[in-house]
Amino acid sequence: MSALTFKDARNLPMSRSSRGPRRPQPSVQPGLFGIRSWKKSRLVLAGVFGAVSVFPLLYLISLSFQPTSDIQTSNPVLIPSHPTFLNYVQAWSENSFGQYFLNSLVVALGTVVLTVGLSSLAAFAFARYKFPLKEVIFYVFLAALAVPSVELIIPQYLLVLKLHLTDSLPGLILIYTSENLPFAIFLLRGFFEAVPKDLEESFRLDGAGSLRVLTRLIAPLSAPALAVVAMFTFNFAWEEFVIALTLINSPSHRTLPIGLNFFIGEHTTQWGPLFAGSVIATVPSVIVYFISQRWFQRGVSLGGIR
Amino acid sequence: MDSKDSTLLEQRPAVFPPGAASQRRNRFTRIATPYLLLLPAAFLYAVFIVYPIFRQFDISFFNWHIFPGVANPFVGWSNYIRIFHDPAIRTASENTLLFLVITVPIQMALGLFAAALLTDRLPGRGLWRALIFIPVVTSWVVVSYVFAYIFGFQGGLANAVISLFAGHTVRIDWLAQTWTGNAVIWIISIWKGVGWSFIMFLAALDGVPRDLVESARVDGASEPRIWRHVVIPNIRPTITFVTVLLVIGASQVFTQVFITTGGGPYGSTSVLLTYAYQQAFSFFDFSYAAAIASLMAIVVLGLSILQIRLMRKNVDQ
Repeated sequence: MSALTFKDARNLPMSRSSRGPRRPQPSVQPGLFGIRSWKKSRLVLAGVFGAVSVFPLLYLISLSFQPTSDIQTSNPVLIPSHPTFLNYVQAWSENSFGQYFLNSLVVALGTVVLTVGLSSLAAFAFARYKFPLKEVIFYVFLAALAVPSVELIIPQYLLVLKLHLTDSLPGLILIYTSENLPFAIFLLRGFFEAVPKDLEESFRLDGAGSLRVLTRLIAPLSAPALAVVAMFTFNFAWEEFVIALTLINSPSHRTLPIGLNFFIGEHTTQWGPLFAGSVIATVPSVIVYFISQRWFQRGVSLGGIR
Repeated sequence: MDSKDSTLLEQRPAVFPPGAASQRRNRFTRIATPYLLLLPAAFLYAVFIVYPIFRQFDISFFNWHIFPGVANPFVGWSNYIRIFHDPAIRTASENTLLFLVITVPIQMALGLFAAALLTDRLPGRGLWRALIFIPVVTSWVVVSYVFAYIFGFQGGLANAVISLFAGHTVRIDWLAQTWTGNAVIWIISIWKGVGWSFIMFLAALDGVPRDLVESARVDGASEPRIWRHVVIPNIRPTITFVTVLLVIGASQVFTQVFITTGGGPYGSTSVLLTYAYQQAFSFFDFSYAAAIASLMAIVVLGLSILQIRLMRKNVDQ
């Protein structure tokens, strides 16, 4: 939240001075436009936006505690009449959801570590070295931002088949990492370039090698960007659906999104366990988001995010 | 990998001039370092992204079978010719285009509006910002299921609310009809997408020079005029950037369609990628699917060149 409070502080003088000349401010930062005076309507509208944004998720939480009789009536129930944990118990026990959760965690963490590591090395090369074909190579990396995961699923499937990586979590990690490298390298390059040159030189004079410069100087100074990359990569791997659906066959290797898909039967849908499972699947993403939120604003304003 | 050698050499007394061999090595390290740093990322990228792009083109020119031992005859451009005579492709293209034309402007307008509301000081601003962004971090799969339930035929919240306003029981089978099915897909995508353009515009509005706005105001400019002549020109790079990324993202719509309607009824809500996926993994017509995906890749590549140029411009600022 530090980025946000920083901005609050910047806008503070304006609101104070509009209330009265109680505290003279040397440089008055005016607010954006006249809407500063429509505080009440702005608040109401912001509330509406916020409410619409969270309502489906709150409803999901409510549904996950509803007994089947509530979920499958013709009158939707907003607040469970008899809250129950049965859906969670069912989701967890009947469909080896614990295993799916673990698989997703392994895949997501593996992807984060590999992506952050490899993209840091590459971004370091792009940011701090001069070498032939640098910009060409950079553009080749960037081009993949336009090629989505689903679009390459057929050749990737065949490739993974050939490499005997089907139905394996490492296979997923490698593909997820490749998908995330372009955006990560793009974002990190901007941050790495911002680290002053003389700092690096003094490091080098002390006898530090390239890797040391990266791990001891540039990476710590670019922590916000690394956090943003980690968050987006985690979320990507955590929620990815099509690639996992296509590459994973055996139940013991399913990730969470695939596991959820199996609550949908041909004829009947187990809505209760599906909602409970959905809540379980959503909690880690939200936690990761709130942890990384404080670095978020800076990361976003510096680079594009997929 | 690192330049330890060079610093060691510098510390040597001058009476021992560095030998020719170590000097060569030193030069080699200096030149090789950036390439060595790039190597792991480039390797993965080449194997899992670049090679598949070319492999996809390759497959699209054959009548390719996944089963071993079956002949894979070369068929030239016939898969591409087939695309232009396939009525289902027409439907899928129309749906993809319609999705793009409807969701992109609405996401941008709502995102910009929300960002304008929350740029200045407001009670609970941090909370509103966090809440508006939350849909972006939720999973497409989860969100698709929740909305599929909300728009369910029986006991769905959407029908209940409409019934309440209509005064009598309304039963719309949202996901089983073309237009309502499409509408649900749009609603999901807009709901989940607004937070992203919101956060982008928030960052952009924050960078609008306040003294410029204030001097325009002192000069007596009305608020709409300030927006048109000061604010919008200032955030134009972000507007272009967000537009391009959203357009590319919209052309790749998949999961929400796959889960809610599955492209049904009778393929009438399918989009290009769900159709291609179905061709490949339901009918095992990998070559045709590869042709569709390759053609899409070319179209999107045109957009991506534009995208890269805009991105670089953004960085330079």
